[in-house]
Amino acid sequence: MEAVNIFVKSIFIDNMIFAYFLGMCSYLAVSKTVKTAVGLGAAVIFVLGITVPINYLLENFVLKEGALTWVDASFADVDLSFLSFIMFIAVIASMVQLVEMIVEKFAPALYGALGIFLPLIAVNCSILGGALFMQERQYTNIGDATVFGLGSGVGWFLAIVAIAAIREKIRYSNVPAPLRGLGITFIITGLMGLGFMAFMGIEL
Amino acid sequence: MKFVENLLDNVKPIFDKGGKLEKLYPMYDALETFAFVPDHTTKKGAHIRDSIDMKRTMFLVIVALIPCLLFGIYNTGYQHYLALQEEASFIDMVLFGLWKALPLIIVSYGVGLGVEFIFCIIKGHSIQEGFLVSGMLIPLIMPMDVPLWMVAIATAFAVLIAKEVFGGTGMNILNVALTARAFLFFAYPTMMSGNKVWVNAEGGTVVDGYTGETLLSQAITQGANFYNTAGVQYASVSESFMDSFLGFIPGSIGETSVLAILIGAAILLWTGVASWRIIISGIAGGAVMGLIFNLVGPEVAPENLYLQVPWWHQLVIGGFMFGVVFMATDPVSAAQTEKGKLIYGFLIGIAAMIIRIVNPAYPEGIMLAILFMNVMAPTIDHYVIQGNINKRLKRLKTA
Repeated sequence: MEAVNIFVKSIFIDNMIFAYFLGMCSYLAVSKTVKTAVGLGAAVIFVLGITVPINYLLENFVLKEGALTWVDASFADVDLSFLSFIMFIAVIASMVQLVEMIVEKFAPALYGALGIFLPLIAVNCSILGGALFMQERQYTNIGDATVFGLGSGVGWFLAIVAIAAIREKIRYSNVPAPLRGLGITFIITGLMGLGFMAFMGIEL
Repeated sequence: MKFVENLLDNVKPIFDKGGKLEKLYPMYDALETFAFVPDHTTKKGAHIRDSIDMKRTMFLVIVALIPCLLFGIYNTGYQHYLALQEEASFIDMVLFGLWKALPLIIVSYGVGLGVEFIFCIIKGHSIQEGFLVSGMLIPLIMPMDVPLWMVAIATAFAVLIAKEVFGGTGMNILNVALTARAFLFFAYPTMMSGNKVWVNAEGGTVVDGYTGETLLSQAITQGANFYNTAGVQYASVSESFMDSFLGFIPGSIGETSVLAILIGAAILLWTGVASWRIIISGIAGGAVMGLIFNLVGPEVAPENLYLQVPWWHQLVIGGFMFGVVFMATDPVSAAQTEKGKLIYGFLIGIAAMIIRIVNPAYPEGIMLAILFMNVMAPTIDHYVIQGNINKRLKRLKTA
């Protein structure tokens, strides 16, 4: 039950885009068509779903104060958490390399469409954000952390697919010239945030 | 009418090309086409000959809203005199209601059409009729005591940000009237919720035990045992159901009477302006979710009394019916495909009940449920269309 709560909460209530505005760069840049948005969204789900549990293990068995006691009892007061940023990023970067190779091998068309934004998932704020939220919220076991990672990814996926569908729909709209492109996308994001306000405040 | 026609014909040269007020031509054009059949025809492109155009569609919606408006005006006065326990005739109540509702309507139309006029003049196209309906919906979903300047700000915000930046009528992604209400709801929450805003009790003392809350906020604290507005408890659930069905309860101006809304719905469905798929599936979604909450609620969360309100009562309180009939069916922001409409309506019903019952921050959920589904509607459409394409591809392969 706890895991389901975390999953729903991370999709709707703590949505990466509409609650924290993380991962905006690729969200704005790759949302021109639904197809590429689905590809990037799936990649983000995959990367979040893998890196958050790995980082959880790192956090709890290497970085946290007293985490190294499993090596030797004398390490009880060693606190390596100042290394967490660099460790998390290293894990994320290597995972993204993996995803990139997989996508290039099995979906070359998608690889071409995503372009520079696939390697840029490494610096997508929502991925590092996921790891840091995991650290801050102190999930009790690796299952919860995994579910949180997957849920955050699904929330991000939902957001980018929804805005891509809206952008496809308004392609023939007579948007005032200065607002075409990014300008109207920012306004749409704000209005979508208004819709997502529905879930703010739900306690699970 | 002849007099108006002559007047319009006489001033026409001023607005024509080369005239003194050439820039204001869209304004003249709007007035002329509003009153008479215009004497010019479409110049290019293929077009369908039909007696229904956008102006008539919009006008039909306004006709459908009239029962709600009339009852809302009466109910505003009724609630006012009920709170003060004063004797008042039917005329008194209607006059009080008019005194409250008319300024809202005037401000909403004035500001909204003003923004539209400015945009038309800048962009040089003729006036679009989309605001006729939004301008009527906005006052109907406001509490009757909301300050007029707030209505003005909200209307201007909604017309500008929700509609004109997308290119005007027919292009918006969110329902314009609901955007106005959501804007006020988040910007000035104290004026849009609580127990002071729904009933006007000026000019007298309120009777003992009176509460101006809507039934929605009473349901949070008292479960199915609603009080009526003078603080007297209803004898049975069916009694409070009848009152909320007929509409003698506090609430936004147009939303209280389900009967008036159903008359409007009948007009909309008979003329084919609204989609029956959205209305039926929306009500079904709300009923199913309400039923689920009724069944599992007492075991999972006995402390949430809202869960115990019967599902058939959930449908008639608050703005649920008004939202489903008049807002969810907005042909622009709703799903466009037939199958998509069913999914869209059903999810609106479900989301409205979830927000209403599970989220303690909002006693009513239909506004945000519709806005949320407006956001998701293009995605639904996209996948319905993709599904159809795949089905046909498969048929092609087997054939």
